[in-house]
Amino acid sequence: MIELAHFQILGAALFAIGAYGVLARRSAVLILMSIELMLNAVNVNLIGFAAFGDFTEAQKALGQVLVIFVITIAAAELALAVAIILRLYRNKSTVNVDEIDMMKW
Amino acid sequence: MGGALGVVMSRNIVYAAFALLASLMGVAGLFLLAFAEFLALVQILIYGGAVIIVILFSLMLTRIEDFENLTDNKQWPIAFLVALGLFVIIAVSIVGTSVTTAVREGVSFKTLGTELFTQWAIPFEVASLVLLVALIGAVVLVRTTGGRE
Repeated sequence: MIELAHFQILGAALFAIGAYGVLARRSAVLILMSIELMLNAVNVNLIGFAAFGDFTEAQKALGQVLVIFVITIAAAELALAVAIILRLYRNKSTVNVDEIDMMKW
Repeated sequence: MGGALGVVMSRNIVYAAFALLASLMGVAGLFLLAFAEFLALVQILIYGGAVIIVILFSLMLTRIEDFENLTDNKQWPIAFLVALGLFVIIAVSIVGTSVTTAVREGVSFKTLGTELFTQWAIPFEVASLVLLVALIGAVVLVRTTGGRE
């Protein structure tokens, strides 16, 4: 039987894995993928609470509406980030974030 | 879950992309388990379709020979500790908190649509505007010829 705690633990694990990916990977595209993982962890939490929480129908619907907004913003963010990465690659011919240090003084 | 680990562990970046796909589809199945059928559909359509395609495009458009040495950087022990600490903190706070749970039941499509287009209509429109602006911004960013440049 699946319970709310399972959803929460899974969300926490996904979030931690995404955080590790953001901190440790070298490729900008991989960092982007890790950010998607973290956003999905938040969605798992929201859906878990919407399904199992002791809420009214309208509040549960609000949880799902919030997830729709998160997915929308994630898509927008992904499009912009990919554009920026392509631009960076064209200018610096690398996607290694260790080598992109032009804002260092 | 295994897919998520594959995303951060895999040395080959294309395998990592497909591991991300597996992980996102797993999340979609989880949405189905939580009676969120509409969101499962949206998840499969947007992530399985659009996001993975965009990521694979960006992989193809950036240089493929680089991928061999694009593994973890020198900070990875610190990053591992931070992620592990984050997980432990969250898990402990989850276990230590009791939430009143009700009978597992979903929200009908009808309720979801009504809520989305009546009470949350303005945020919905704002979100679509944000998406439009982001896409136009993306097009402007990658454009090289034409314009005033």
